[in-house]
Amino acid sequence: MRSSDSFQVTRRDLMIVGATAIAAHAAPAVALDQPADLADLTAARPESFFPMVGFSVNGEPRSMKVDTRTTLLDALREHLHLTGTKKGCDHGQCGACTVMVNGRRINSCLTLAVMHEGDSVITVEGLGSPANLHPMQAAFIKHDGYQCGYCTPGQICSSVAMLKEVEAGVPSLVTEDLTTSATASLAEFRERMSGNICRCGAYSNIMEAIAEVAERKA
Amino acid sequence: MRPFTYERASTPRAAAMAARMSGAKFIAGGTNLLDLMKLEIEAPTHLIDVNGLALDRIEATEDGGLKIGALVRNTDLAADPTVRKDYPLLSRALLAGASGQLRNKATTAGNLLQRTRCAYFYDPNMPCNKRQPGSGCSAIGGYTRSLAVVGGSEACIATHPSDMAVAMRALDAKVETVQSDGSERVIPIAEFHRLPGDTPHIETALEPGELITAAVLPKSIGGKQVYHKVRDRWSYAFALVSLGLIVHRDGTGRVALGGVAPKPWRDETAEAELPRGAKAVTAKLFARAKPTEENAFKIQLAERTLGAVLADARAEP
Repeated sequence: MRSSDSFQVTRRDLMIVGATAIAAHAAPAVALDQPADLADLTAARPESFFPMVGFSVNGEPRSMKVDTRTTLLDALREHLHLTGTKKGCDHGQCGACTVMVNGRRINSCLTLAVMHEGDSVITVEGLGSPANLHPMQAAFIKHDGYQCGYCTPGQICSSVAMLKEVEAGVPSLVTEDLTTSATASLAEFRERMSGNICRCGAYSNIMEAIAEVAERKA
Repeated sequence: MRPFTYERASTPRAAAMAARMSGAKFIAGGTNLLDLMKLEIEAPTHLIDVNGLALDRIEATEDGGLKIGALVRNTDLAADPTVRKDYPLLSRALLAGASGQLRNKATTAGNLLQRTRCAYFYDPNMPCNKRQPGSGCSAIGGYTRSLAVVGGSEACIATHPSDMAVAMRALDAKVETVQSDGSERVIPIAEFHRLPGDTPHIETALEPGELITAAVLPKSIGGKQVYHKVRDRWSYAFALVSLGLIVHRDGTGRVALGGVAPKPWRDETAEAELPRGAKAVTAKLFARAKPTEENAFKIQLAERTLGAVLADARAEP
C-alpha cells in the first residue's frame, strides 16, 4: 500500500513464486548475495506458510490447512462456511466478528487461526438454531434488537459472554466499588457492550433484550 | 498482509533466541500487531507465538509487591482481587481502555508495547518518521488535536496510547525481560519508554529479540487512587487527557498523565507540588510543553481534570 514501494517485488516474493521453478531446474535454493534470513530459508518450503490447525467449532472438531495470515474470522467464514459471524471493520473496532473462544468473547478478526490449536470456539450458529433459539436470540427478536442485522451475531455472542463476565465478578469502568461485585444494571451493560457498534442505532432495543435475559437469569 | 512463517515458543529463553532472526516478531494477544500487519505498517516475516509460555500468573513477591506475568490478560489483571484492593489505580486504568473483547485478549506486556494511534502513523501514504525513519513527520504542521503537547521532538509528536502504562508509571512498576542471549534484566518503567528525539521508531529500551516476562509492582503505597480519562466518547476511545493519581491524607502523592506525551508523563518534582494544588503541579509538568494551536487545550484540560479529581478526593472520606 505504501506509495513508494507498491510496485516493488521483494526478494521473498520472488523466492515464493520461484519455489516450483527452483525444484524443476534443481538450481540451488539459496543463491543470494545477501546474508540468508529466515524468509530465505523457508521460501523453498511453502508448507511453512500453510500449516495445519485444529480446533473445535460449536462442539465439533475441525481441522484445516490455512495460510498463516488467515484470521480466525476468515477461517470460520471462508474455510468452514460458518457465515453467521460477520466481517465489519476487520480491525477490532466494530465487534461484528465477536465469537467466544474457551468461553470468552473476542474479536475473531484480530487473532490468527493458527493461534487456536486445541481451542473451543462458539459462534452464533452454536448458540441456538431457528427451531431452538438461545434466550438471547429470542430476546433480540422479541425486542427488535436490530434493523439491518449485520452487527447482530456479534451483539448476541458479545452479550451472552458479557453476562457471564458480570456473573463471574469482572468489574467494569462504571463499577462504583471495586471491592464488591458489579451489579447487573443498564449502566453496566451499556459500558460493557461498547465494543459492539450498531450503525442502525438499535441500541435501546438491544439493551432491552439484554436486560430481559439478565433479569430472567437473576 | 505480507506472508510469514509461524512457530509456537516453548520457553521464554527459546522465544528470545528465535527472535534473533531478522524479521521475527513475538505475538501474544495480537490485537495491536495484527491490526498493523493488515495495513502492512508491521510486516514481520516470522511470528513467534508466546501464548504457550507459562507467563500468565499474578503472584505476591517476597517484599509485599506483585509480579504480573507478561501474558496476564487485561480483563484478568483488572479483576484480580489483590489488584482491586491494593492497586485500584491499575484496575481503573485497564477498565478505561479498549473494549471487553479486546481486554479479554490484550496482554500486560503487549499493552506496554502498544504503538501510537497517530493518524499519520496509520496512513501508509503519508510520511512518518516512526513508520519509515527519515521520511518526515506529517503530523507537524498537520492535524494535531490528539497529539503530544510535551516530550515530542522535531521528528515526531505522537502520543503513547496506553492507559495501563500510565498507572504502571505512577505505581513505579519494573519490567522484567529475558534477552536473546538468555540473560535477564529489570527495567524501571520510567526508563522503559523512550522519548522520540531524532529516532522516533525506537520506542522502548528493549533490545532486538528481548522478551518481556513480567511487570512487577512494589508494595502498595495505599492512598486514594484514581484514574480519570477524558475523551471524545465516554467509552471505547483513546484519551485526550488521562490522569492517574495517588493522593494521601496529607495532600502529598503521585500523578502521571496519558494522552499528552510520547510516554506516560510523570515528573517527581511536579508532583511535589500536589499539596499546593493542580495549577502548581501542571505548571511544572508542562514547563517545556510545545503545544500547537489545535492541542494547546490539553494543558488547560489536564489542569482542570487534576483540580476536579483532587477536589473529589478531598471531599470523600
